[in-house]
Amino acid sequence: MGHGLTFDVAHLLGGGLVLVSFLMITQHRLYALLNAFALQAVLLALSVAWQASVQHAPHLYITALIALVFKAIIVPVGLHRIIQRLGIHREIETVIGSGTTMLAGMGLVALSMTVMLKVTPTADPLAREDLAFALSVVLLGLLMMVTRRNAVSQVVGFMSLENGLVFAGTGARGMPLVVEISVAFSVLIAFFVIGVFLFRIRERFDTVDIEALDRFRGERR
Amino acid sequence: MNVVAFLLLCIAAFLGVAVLAVVTSHRRASTRIVYGATLLLSGMAAVAAFSALTGYAAAAKLVLPLGLPWIGAHFRIDALAAFFLTVVNLGGAAASLYAIGYGAHEEEPHRVLPFFPAFLAGMNLVVLADDAYSFLLAWEFMSLTSWALVMAHHHAPENRRAGYVYLVMASLGSLALLLAFGLLAGPDGGYAFETIRGSTRPPLTAAIILILVLVGAGSKAGLVPLHAWLPLAHPAAPSHVSALMSGVMTKVAVYAFIRIVFDLAGVLPWWSGMLLLAFGGVSAVLGVLQALVQDDTKRLLAYSTIENIGIIFIGLGLALAFRTNGMNAAAALAMTAALLHVFNHSLFKSLLFFGAGAVLTATGERSMDRLGGLIHRMPVTSFLFLIGCMAISALPPLNGFVSEWLTFQAILLSPDMVQWALKIIVPAIGGLLALAAALAGATFVKAFGITFLGRPRSDQAATAMEVDRFSLSAMALLGALCLAAGLLPGFIIDALAPVTQQFVGGAIPSQATLPWLSIEPSAVSGSSYNGLLVFLFITMSALMAVWAIHRFASRALRRAPPWDCGFPDPSPITQYSGSSFAQPIRRVFLAGTFATGETVSMPAPGDMRPARFTLTLSDPVWERLYEPVAGVVSFAALHLNKLQFLTIRSYLSLVFLALVSLLLVLAIWS
Repeated sequence: MGHGLTFDVAHLLGGGLVLVSFLMITQHRLYALLNAFALQAVLLALSVAWQASVQHAPHLYITALIALVFKAIIVPVGLHRIIQRLGIHREIETVIGSGTTMLAGMGLVALSMTVMLKVTPTADPLAREDLAFALSVVLLGLLMMVTRRNAVSQVVGFMSLENGLVFAGTGARGMPLVVEISVAFSVLIAFFVIGVFLFRIRERFDTVDIEALDRFRGERR
Repeated sequence: MNVVAFLLLCIAAFLGVAVLAVVTSHRRASTRIVYGATLLLSGMAAVAAFSALTGYAAAAKLVLPLGLPWIGAHFRIDALAAFFLTVVNLGGAAASLYAIGYGAHEEEPHRVLPFFPAFLAGMNLVVLADDAYSFLLAWEFMSLTSWALVMAHHHAPENRRAGYVYLVMASLGSLALLLAFGLLAGPDGGYAFETIRGSTRPPLTAAIILILVLVGAGSKAGLVPLHAWLPLAHPAAPSHVSALMSGVMTKVAVYAFIRIVFDLAGVLPWWSGMLLLAFGGVSAVLGVLQALVQDDTKRLLAYSTIENIGIIFIGLGLALAFRTNGMNAAAALAMTAALLHVFNHSLFKSLLFFGAGAVLTATGERSMDRLGGLIHRMPVTSFLFLIGCMAISALPPLNGFVSEWLTFQAILLSPDMVQWALKIIVPAIGGLLALAAALAGATFVKAFGITFLGRPRSDQAATAMEVDRFSLSAMALLGALCLAAGLLPGFIIDALAPVTQQFVGGAIPSQATLPWLSIEPSAVSGSSYNGLLVFLFITMSALMAVWAIHRFASRALRRAPPWDCGFPDPSPITQYSGSSFAQPIRRVFLAGTFATGETVSMPAPGDMRPARFTLTLSDPVWERLYEPVAGVVSFAALHLNKLQFLTIRSYLSLVFLALVSLLLVLAIWS
């Protein structure tokens, strides 16, 4: 029964991550998007903490804490303020309609399931499912970066992609703590850098729509 | 001490000399010091390698903790490596001795001195390497140092072009070798040669490896159609470097070919021998035809190298074909012929390049049509150059004859092979070889006759001075070795027996025991050759002819009417020139299909301007092969250039699509 519970909870949390990813790719309003992202980060923290207790790996608690503090609190709050100060909270933009995006996302999840279950036939079933979920989250994050025009939503897509990576990393046993900490810090630094850039772009072009950058480079769409 | 360790020390010392040369190359004396050091080191390495060849007991090896951490750097010397190390270091020693004198005329010694020892080190390292990583590293090092030497006189635009073409071809060759080693090592990454030897692979993989090696080693050796860099790069480099590149570096490429194809690749399909024969035959004939029409001596010699590489590859192709048929004795004969020709060609091609360099030093001219009559001004150089010409034209009793004769002996054994395709193609290749040999004779009659005989065609040729003692002694050494190898081929053939035993499982019966220095390579055909007898006969008959002429012909004073033999104009320009000598063969073989054009513009009657004859030469490979390839590459580059100017989202989408399609591939085919 113990093993069954382990499996079920991990499965539930992993599935939750993918579900929130779907929420994010169809979320057109920026604040709602940020809330969904924070929810995903909380789920990630929970899932990592569960892995810590299951694997008896106390250092994973630190990873969970990092995920909770940075991704569920600092980054969403920071982005929230940026949106406020830029005054873009009403902006809505997607390149592709939400139905199409949804279908594409489902296709990607199916693809990652197929690939992962096919290439890891001998692995631990829990790790297999986890990897499949993680790959889905990564692909959905990429999909979001591709389908959005607003720089803030692209940043959120990138962060969500990184959530998937952390999830994959904690599912695998014996990943060293230093790797996770450095990944967390790199995300934080990327957040700062991107935040600064957002303001610079805004100052120069009066918009954070990346199409403006393309126009500035003299390109046709 | 182990032979391998000693040779590695020599290589380290070469590199040390190279570093020393960087520091001291502005000094006047450093030329002699550097070349003296390389002479000493090459001499010692040659002796060590030769002793390893003759006293061959077991393969000596050494692993150093360098290179890739999980492999290390493996070095090994077996009979094949010992033979090629002897060739490399003998050539290196001769070039060093020559350069002690020749290098004094170098205007920018700091562009040559550091790279020369490094080049020698690179060539030694290629032959010693026993894992793919060390091999490729040494191979690239050899290419780069020789490229630096080609670029030594980089002020001339044609030399820069030669360097560029050489670099492109060298990269292509390295790429092919890299892929070949990747296939040889297999998915487990066993890069040590010992691991490669132990593993088996399907015939299709072996065939792909053969083709890749043919491109990789063939482009370095100068097989047609990958030869385009040789005629550009060899004239560009200083003459002692040309001698090394032409006489020795192409042999290192032959070594790489033998090592991979005969040793590492395992069982090959039956047509691989035929492939080699075809490339060898085409290289031999096209190389010598192009050589015949050249005006620049060094370019002529470079094309002649292509011909000789063709002859070597014919020998190797025969060996492979015989081996596939299980005819081990015949395979040993063919392989011995190829290896002997490797040795011989390294001797006489170096000698000829030294001679061309001596003429260049004395006159400053490379064009034969501005030379002539040098036999009076430079008698020793002329004599030694003549020996080289006779050897490369395969005239007995010199060494070139022996190896080509052995190749023909191997060709005559071909009807015993099973495959009809081989039965038919091998005699045709024999025909090509005979044609190439005859044309080589014509080529070197031209090279010697136009340069050294007749009357001087320019003031520089008229006032030339004999070159220094070091250059002459290097040429004399090689000339003596050519004669010795022609008179005593049995000893070299016996020394090569372990090599053929190792790779084709057979050997030519021992020759040293035969009386009067005869050689009888094959018990089947029973034909034999005695260089000593031919030498004695030629010497005796020549002496008797000289005596008879002096005794009977020119003793009495004769008076004759002052008829001028149809030679009324005393201007030297009325003599036979190089292009007029080559004209009949050029018209027969090279007109029309090949890109040689003659235009004669005759003035109309009454017009005062002189008539003009213009000859344009070009290598057909350039128009037929290289220019279309270059066109495709620049077309693709032009259109792929648009990828540089996409929007950020398009780049992201490209990455995304690439990832998804790779995952799809994995999902479908894994």
